[in-house]
Amino acid sequence: MPPAVETKALTRVFHPKKKKEGKSVTALAGVDLRIEQGELFGMLGPNGAGKTTLLKILSTLLLPTSGKAYVAGFDVETQFQAVRKRINMVSGGEISGYGLLTVKENLWMFTQFYGMKSQLALQRIDEMLDQFGLADKKDEKVRALSTGQRQKMNVIRGFVTDPEIIFLDEPTLGLDVNASRTIREYIVDWVGKRKDRTVLLTTHYMAEADQLCGRIAIIDDGRILACDTPENLKKMVKTSTMLKLDTTHLENKQGLSSIRGVEKFTFTDNPENNMTSLRFVLEDEAAVSDIVSSVIAGGAKILGLRKTEPTLEDVFIKLVGKGFE
Amino acid sequence: MAVTNDLRTFKNAAWLGWQMEANWTDPFLFATYSIVRPIAGTLILVFMYLVITNGETETAFFSYMYVGNAFYMFVAEVLFGVTWVIHDDREHFMTLKQVYIAPIKFYVYVFGRSAIKIAIVSIGVLITLAFGVFVLGVQVGSGGVDVPLFVLSLLLGLSMLLVMGLAMGGLTFLTAKHEGGINEGVAGVFYVLSGVIFPITVLPHWVQGISMALPVTYWMEAIRRGLMPDAMSEIAKGTGLEGLSNLELVGALLLSAFAFLVLSVAVFKYADKVARRKGKIDWTSAY
Ligand SMILES: Nc1ncnc2c1ncn2[C@@H]1O[C@H](COP(=O)(O)OP(=O)(O)O)[C@@H](O)[C@H]1O
Ligand SMILES: [Mg+2]
Repeated sequence: MPPAVETKALTRVFHPKKKKEGKSVTALAGVDLRIEQGELFGMLGPNGAGKTTLLKILSTLLLPTSGKAYVAGFDVETQFQAVRKRINMVSGGEISGYGLLTVKENLWMFTQFYGMKSQLALQRIDEMLDQFGLADKKDEKVRALSTGQRQKMNVIRGFVTDPEIIFLDEPTLGLDVNASRTIREYIVDWVGKRKDRTVLLTTHYMAEADQLCGRIAIIDDGRILACDTPENLKKMVKTSTMLKLDTTHLENKQGLSSIRGVEKFTFTDNPENNMTSLRFVLEDEAAVSDIVSSVIAGGAKILGLRKTEPTLEDVFIKLVGKGFE
Repeated sequence: MAVTNDLRTFKNAAWLGWQMEANWTDPFLFATYSIVRPIAGTLILVFMYLVITNGETETAFFSYMYVGNAFYMFVAEVLFGVTWVIHDDREHFMTLKQVYIAPIKFYVYVFGRSAIKIAIVSIGVLITLAFGVFVLGVQVGSGGVDVPLFVLSLLLGLSMLLVMGLAMGGLTFLTAKHEGGINEGVAGVFYVLSGVIFPITVLPHWVQGISMALPVTYWMEAIRRGLMPDAMSEIAKGTGLEGLSNLELVGALLLSAFAFLVLSVAVFKYADKVARRKGKIDWTSAY
């Protein structure tokens, strides 16, 4: 059984339209990835990391610059027809759809492009609209839907054809809590019930990756920095101590990184309430007292200090040396 | 199996096309768009003809021009129509990528979407012809209608136009906003060089050589010979193609259409590949 997805030194470079307009961007820089059939796999990375580019290549929309990508064992570059039969893709945050068709018509048309039997398609569309709380929108024109409803419709469009492998590009981007939860629960349920189906989703929500995915690849700047189960990833920072520190506005933060025992730290200044939030990954808990002294010496007051459980964000900070947003 | 799939793709795409075309909230607007507009365009031409020739509409040459103009509507509409399908799906509905990655032949989808446009233009062409025959005395049917010649060349011509439209649609993969430039250029070339409203014999000799390579030239001639054999044999100066028998004419149409088909398929495949390489399939001008 070939892996659901396999890439070998996959690289994608975007060239500017005109030579003068800036430099080339390397969106993917030699990505090696192997996702087995039946996995719910997450690509976690900040904006611009290369997630969408990877999914476009895997779904045959875009060609690699170099390297190879296989989906269900087929080369996306040359055997794209075989790939297309086995996949579907949904991109979050976009409001696509034929506005003048009804929701049901729009979904039905796509099922026909995937060769589904009419009756099965209609039945499954009804079921899924129900599950996504869109049953009452079935006969409404797509253009009358809210952004969130359109996005749910597109998620249905992706799953309704029962693809072997589905690519979900930030499926909950910009959605409210309820809509996000509906979609997340559906995804987990879908792979859970079908052992031979594979989901590859991208997200820049750490909690989403942590909660949904069996394995996660952390991607930044076109490179995969780590790839493992959420638990194992968090073990990477287990020997470290995570510290959250809120202070009044702290002007000078340079000194903090040279304190012994500080592995990495990030901060955000909040000018609204004149506060600074810092987050440390510490090799040695003893550093805490030095940090506190340094902050006070810097003229700021400590508002809160606490040790935290390691999260994927800490893993990311440890790997990249910067926070997420 | 594959044929069943293509038929299903075609059927659904045609259905979608119909939903879009018939989606005019106002039937009056729909009628205006698909019927009144082509006739108005024709009337402008008729008027110019009358002013310039100070003349008669019941001549063989007027019929030549009138019929050519009517059938040229197919050329313009099909070439633009196919391009618009791709443009609309990409920029307006943002569904192009969803259709593109579906396990269908993309061109079958595009042809299906365009089929309805052809049907609507056909109504316009029919009404224009009827208006010409009954009001202006255009000599369609004089000397009978050569039905096999007409039907055969009509089908051949429409298929050829669809494939050329696909090639130009492929090129719009690569262009930014809707740049009608290529289409207008190509449609314009056919208008001037293919004997649409005047015989190619009025063109300089070397330009006629280009005309003879264009399938639309043979198509126009074949359509006219099919619809009004008498008027065509009456045109004194000839059309530049009078040396060809009907069979030779259809042969020339087939041959040139085939050459254009091969060319168009190559252009489309190339454009498709470049579009995938450059990431243009889901490109929108907002990016
Ligand atoms: N079509 C394109 N042309 C030029 N640069 C692009 C294009 N698509 C993506 N990029 C660049 O490639 C990098 C990765 O983008 P993307 O894959 O969209 O990241 P993500 O989905 O993780 O936010 C970014 O720097 C982005 O600006
Ligand atoms: Mg993205």
